[in-house]
Amino acid sequence: MKNILVIGATSAIAEQTIRLYAQQETNLLLLGRDEEKLQLICDDAKIRGAHEVNFLRLDVNDFDSHASILGEAYAKLGRIDLVLIAHGSLPNQQACQQQVSTTLRELNTNALSTISLLTLLANQMEQQGGGTLAVITSVAGDRGRQSNYVYGAAKGMLSIFLQGLRNRLYPKGVHVLDIKPGFVDTPMTADFPKGPLWAKPQAIANSIVKAVKRKRNTLYTPFFWRWIMLIIRNIPEFIFKKMKL
Amino acid sequence: MKTRKSMLSGWGQYPQQLTERLTPHSKRGISEYLAQSSALDDSPSLIARGLGRSYGDSALAEQVMQTEHLNHYMAFNADSGELECAAGVSFAELLAIFVPRGWFLPVTPGTKFVTVGGAIASDVHGKNHHVHGCFSQHVTQLTLALANGEVVTCSPDDKAELFRATCGGMGLTGVILQARFKLIPIESAYIQQRSYKSANLAETLALFEEHDSATYSVAWIDCLSTGDKLGRSLLMLGEHATDGELQAHRDSKLNVPLNMPGLLLNRYSIQAFNTLYYHKHTQTHAQSSLHYEPFFYPLDGIRNWNRLYGKNGFTQYQFVLPKSAGLEGMTCILKTIAESKRGSFLAVLKAFGEANDHYLSFPTEGYTLALDFKIDTTLFSFLEKLDRIVLDYGGRLYLTKDARMSEATFKQSYPEWQAFQEVRHQYGADRIFNSLQSQRLGL
Repeated sequence: MKNILVIGATSAIAEQTIRLYAQQETNLLLLGRDEEKLQLICDDAKIRGAHEVNFLRLDVNDFDSHASILGEAYAKLGRIDLVLIAHGSLPNQQACQQQVSTTLRELNTNALSTISLLTLLANQMEQQGGGTLAVITSVAGDRGRQSNYVYGAAKGMLSIFLQGLRNRLYPKGVHVLDIKPGFVDTPMTADFPKGPLWAKPQAIANSIVKAVKRKRNTLYTPFFWRWIMLIIRNIPEFIFKKMKL
Repeated sequence: MKTRKSMLSGWGQYPQQLTERLTPHSKRGISEYLAQSSALDDSPSLIARGLGRSYGDSALAEQVMQTEHLNHYMAFNADSGELECAAGVSFAELLAIFVPRGWFLPVTPGTKFVTVGGAIASDVHGKNHHVHGCFSQHVTQLTLALANGEVVTCSPDDKAELFRATCGGMGLTGVILQARFKLIPIESAYIQQRSYKSANLAETLALFEEHDSATYSVAWIDCLSTGDKLGRSLLMLGEHATDGELQAHRDSKLNVPLNMPGLLLNRYSIQAFNTLYYHKHTQTHAQSSLHYEPFFYPLDGIRNWNRLYGKNGFTQYQFVLPKSAGLEGMTCILKTIAESKRGSFLAVLKAFGEANDHYLSFPTEGYTLALDFKIDTTLFSFLEKLDRIVLDYGGRLYLTKDARMSEATFKQSYPEWQAFQEVRHQYGADRIFNSLQSQRLGL
């Protein structure tokens, strides 16, 4: 029986991943802000086959609450085999450029809150000597672009943090997975026109479950983003700076 | 809520309509949108849409509200089998979860790619109609967003007239948000099938009569045979097996990736198929055990099979004739079809049991026949000829398949349409919930 903690459980990708794990008869603890939605996802997961599902309210930007809520989570689950961190927001780049406070708030939500949670969780995992930390970052973190570099910077910071964590925890048998989705059709991206590169959260969830099982380090999902980002990362900066991306 | 405008059609790919597609993410999103929209002086026509499997124009309007994000299960009672789920849950998803635990749908149409909301709005029937009625007869409660955004529940005992209007009401009373209904227990995912071959229509109808206690029954009918072979059929009966695994279906890999040339399905290819299919079954009586997937959903194995009819699309003509008119009426219609040489690739005949009291529900006691016709310039005048025969014998057409019947035909054959309209008016639904179909039918 697997014990799974999901942070940002009401995000579309998290919800689909929860459904897949529910069918594997796992114990799930869901953390998020919107209690009405958490209740909905909780009831749904139970019917889909989860052994046990509960939720706790967590506002990731309330950093002071992290330690106590994670403590509660450990008390509820005992050992945690898998943590999925899925919360995030998509900043309005223009607004960030106008307001320092907006930029800082977005960096808090998308990077620092996760780093705070990971710092606490990593120590627990290290102590228990095993388990998986799976964190949703983004392909946007691979290179800064004028259209969303605040989001990109936050996700890039996370990816580098995860690299270090992976390096540190490897000898302890703790697996660290960096999940880098491309364009995903979710409420977060509702305002974007959709094209052929867009994926459904169900597809992303499937690839996450597989990557956790196979202990992959970095998951580009859908798979073709690995190749797209390889090209984007390798465009020389003197050309890149002239591009409108 | 993001909107996209694009050309949209039903399963028959006819007609096409430029439609704004709304994809609300929650019940609250739907309710808030309706409250705003209905406050406008000239709110656009709007209709809920699930998986778009109704054939014609019943899920087309200036705006369609897609229910794809309403896909949660709310409650399940493992003793009684009563399930409460959101309206966007599809039968395919539901079976994948509940078959392994020993539960099955109480009623299912010939495709599992329908949503719970769509099944209620169409008041779908299945191969067990003669014993178990329509899907809505197994619904104990439903939750509906009304025109002003208010969310109400109704059941056969509570706001009964709203319930009777919503079941089979083609989405014209509001947006169905969730429903409670009873699943049936099964011991196996397999069906014990018996099949009988009949030489003509009289024999076919007699076989239905003889086997009216079978749980599932349906006949494939060769609609191009004539003379003393008119109405020759293969009758298929089924019972849930008691042995075999509780294994759900697998996703199909076959797909029709784009519209085929319209000529592919022509008189000759259809005649060849029908003759081969009839003679494939050499014995007059056979027995076998098969999975529920090929028994209930033979066409789900080929995704987008509707594209076989080409880009001009097709329509399914499904009518019911009262039992008393059965043999004579069916003979008359089959003769007319055979003479026209307009074969239908798939023609399905079924005996219906008693009608329910939902205002626009299609089934009435008698015989129903469903035929697919490729759309061409002369088809509609031919179908009007069939309409007159159907009306003369006291029958009617299935709204879920319809794309073209006239207002007069509809109003003559659905005598409770006025009671239906009154309920719509009472709840303010007629102001915004209108489809291309409802406008064509004068609702």
